[in-house]
Amino acid sequence: MELIIAAIKAIVIVALILQLIPVLIWFERKGSAYIQDRRGPNRAQILGIRLGGMIHNLADVVKLFCKQDIIPTKASRIIYVVAPMIAIFVASATVGVVPFAEPLHLGGLTIPMQVADLNIGILYILGIGSLGVYGVMLGGWSSNNSYSLLGTLRASAQMVSYEIAMGLALIGLFLVTGTVRITEIVSQQTGFHWYAFTQPIAFVLFLTSLFAETNRNPFDLAEGESELVAGFHTEYSSMKFALFFMAEYAHIAVGSLIVSLLFFGGWNLPGLDFDWIRVYPEAALSMGLPALAVGAIAFGLFLCSKFRRHKYNDARDYEVLIFGVPHVLIGFLMIGATLLLHGTTLPTWVGPVLVAALQMGVVLAKTLFFCAFFIWVRWTLPRFRYDQLMDLGWKGMIPVALFNIVITSAWLVFVH
Amino acid sequence: MIEAYLFYFFAVTTVLLAVTVVVQPNPIGAAVSLVGTFFSLAALFVLLHAHFVAIMQIILYAGAIMVLFIFVIMLLNLEPEKVKLRTIAGNRLVQGSAALYLAGVIALAFFGWRQFFTQGVVANEMEGTIEAVGKLLLTDYLVPFEMTSVLLLVAIIGAVILARKPVE
Amino acid sequence: MEITVHHYIVISCLLFIIGIFGVLTRRNLLIILMSVELMLSAANLALVAFSRFSSHLDGQVAVLFVFIIAAAEAAVGLGIVIAAFRHTSGVRVTSWKELKG
Repeated sequence: MELIIAAIKAIVIVALILQLIPVLIWFERKGSAYIQDRRGPNRAQILGIRLGGMIHNLADVVKLFCKQDIIPTKASRIIYVVAPMIAIFVASATVGVVPFAEPLHLGGLTIPMQVADLNIGILYILGIGSLGVYGVMLGGWSSNNSYSLLGTLRASAQMVSYEIAMGLALIGLFLVTGTVRITEIVSQQTGFHWYAFTQPIAFVLFLTSLFAETNRNPFDLAEGESELVAGFHTEYSSMKFALFFMAEYAHIAVGSLIVSLLFFGGWNLPGLDFDWIRVYPEAALSMGLPALAVGAIAFGLFLCSKFRRHKYNDARDYEVLIFGVPHVLIGFLMIGATLLLHGTTLPTWVGPVLVAALQMGVVLAKTLFFCAFFIWVRWTLPRFRYDQLMDLGWKGMIPVALFNIVITSAWLVFVH
Repeated sequence: MIEAYLFYFFAVTTVLLAVTVVVQPNPIGAAVSLVGTFFSLAALFVLLHAHFVAIMQIILYAGAIMVLFIFVIMLLNLEPEKVKLRTIAGNRLVQGSAALYLAGVIALAFFGWRQFFTQGVVANEMEGTIEAVGKLLLTDYLVPFEMTSVLLLVAIIGAVILARKPVE
Repeated sequence: MEITVHHYIVISCLLFIIGIFGVLTRRNLLIILMSVELMLSAANLALVAFSRFSSHLDGQVAVLFVFIIAAAEAAVGLGIVIAAFRHTSGVRVTSWKELKG
């Protein structure tokens, strides 16, 4: 029974992370476009509905499937094929220990909201993250191309250096939390007591090293689109390139998830008392549902008011209606549900399940905020030069991390 | 029951990958097989309830040392060698004693252990959690712990000096 | 069947033998270093197995020290390999014969 629950959780969580990838790709294109004062891709359509550019993901998938799958003649075939698999394995395996909500107590059964509640917690994430270097290294080397090899050597040196800074920054966090289990770290961040405010240096260092670990601007000279053709994935085409691409965005999503859990309070919001909601779900629902209903109806009416019959003269006119009318209907459904539930008592499993869903929603909202932050920084800052990057990693961040550890230990010893 | 299946699976994987390391003509293939061996060993450590040691194996060995190995192999750009498996390097004395030693170890491992190990056959309940091992490391073994930091400093300085480009 | 300490000892011995075989047979210095790491891992497995089947955690602490020493040894060994490669342009141990005789 436990095995079946664990298997279901594994499938659901990995599917969730993989489904965040198209959202991130869409947001990257539209976000970067609006930052650069242009519109972004908005042409792909299904039966005239353009959905603001989301259909481009589907078009990309079809294109990448149908491209010719090339293996260079002098490449080592096995390693060439395995390297993208390692990249996406690392991005997906990291999410196994990440909890999305507090453990769910249903009757006599306690279901932890993660695939495995290890007692080594964050160390598992550090370990699997350090395997991300292999995807880059083996991919670049096996392409038998000097540009790929250059990109690989630079990328792997960068990733290894910033792993050290990441580990040292986390040690400052471990000193304050006293545990490495992620569930307990999140439970300690109640109210405004988020570790981003208690350990700001560790937060900034961890975020910066996360940028370097995922090979993301301003640390992206591994891909170096204007320098090295495409760095370590120059020679990759169709599905293998798609795997590298997906692995990078999955890594961003998982990294944002970890930052929001460790430093930003996870599923805690100041003012939201989960124990009360768990015990009195009827009261919580009777307060929350009307508020949500009002919001949904307002948003739906706003969208419907934007309907102009002859703006485009094709099916795009009706897009606002397709989004607006369901919002209004759902709002009315919620008001109906509130009226139905008035006075009835719900079964006991509704409280915990409602709390779990709410916590998952909060975690996902914070994750999406950090993903947006990643994309925002990418299109704002220029790229680091290689020696500047190495200087920053070894001569800048490691001394600052050690300084943070010393200050934190001194504070713990003398003040506590 | 399921522990027995897992043990046999990971044991077979470990031994097969270790043989691949030694037999592979291509150095990168050998390095990747060694990473696989370390993974299987980490799985065996988890079966032995030594969680901290298992994750340290992955972080240190598979994540750092083997990256260094592959880096050096790429830098030196080695080509595959033809592996001659029949000869052990050295003269007859070395070959003879190596063969004798190996035969003795195999015989002992497979056939002779019952006489030597009579206690310590049943598993105990002590879990190798990070708290337990850390507490032991920082109380009973504090002096070796600090000495290893000096050792690592010496190793860093040595490696930097050895691999430096010769001063013109 | 019950997994006892003997099973783990057998695996450790097999790994050790494979490591020795690699050191004695191969001529590429990097693969010799990798076989040395295999031997160290065999010792690690034996240490952890014994620690599990007795009542001490000291075996696992010893394993941590073995990790650290192996890392230091790998770093210095690879530095030597690079320096030797620069001076002799080869990593075949059979071709380093200047001190012979």
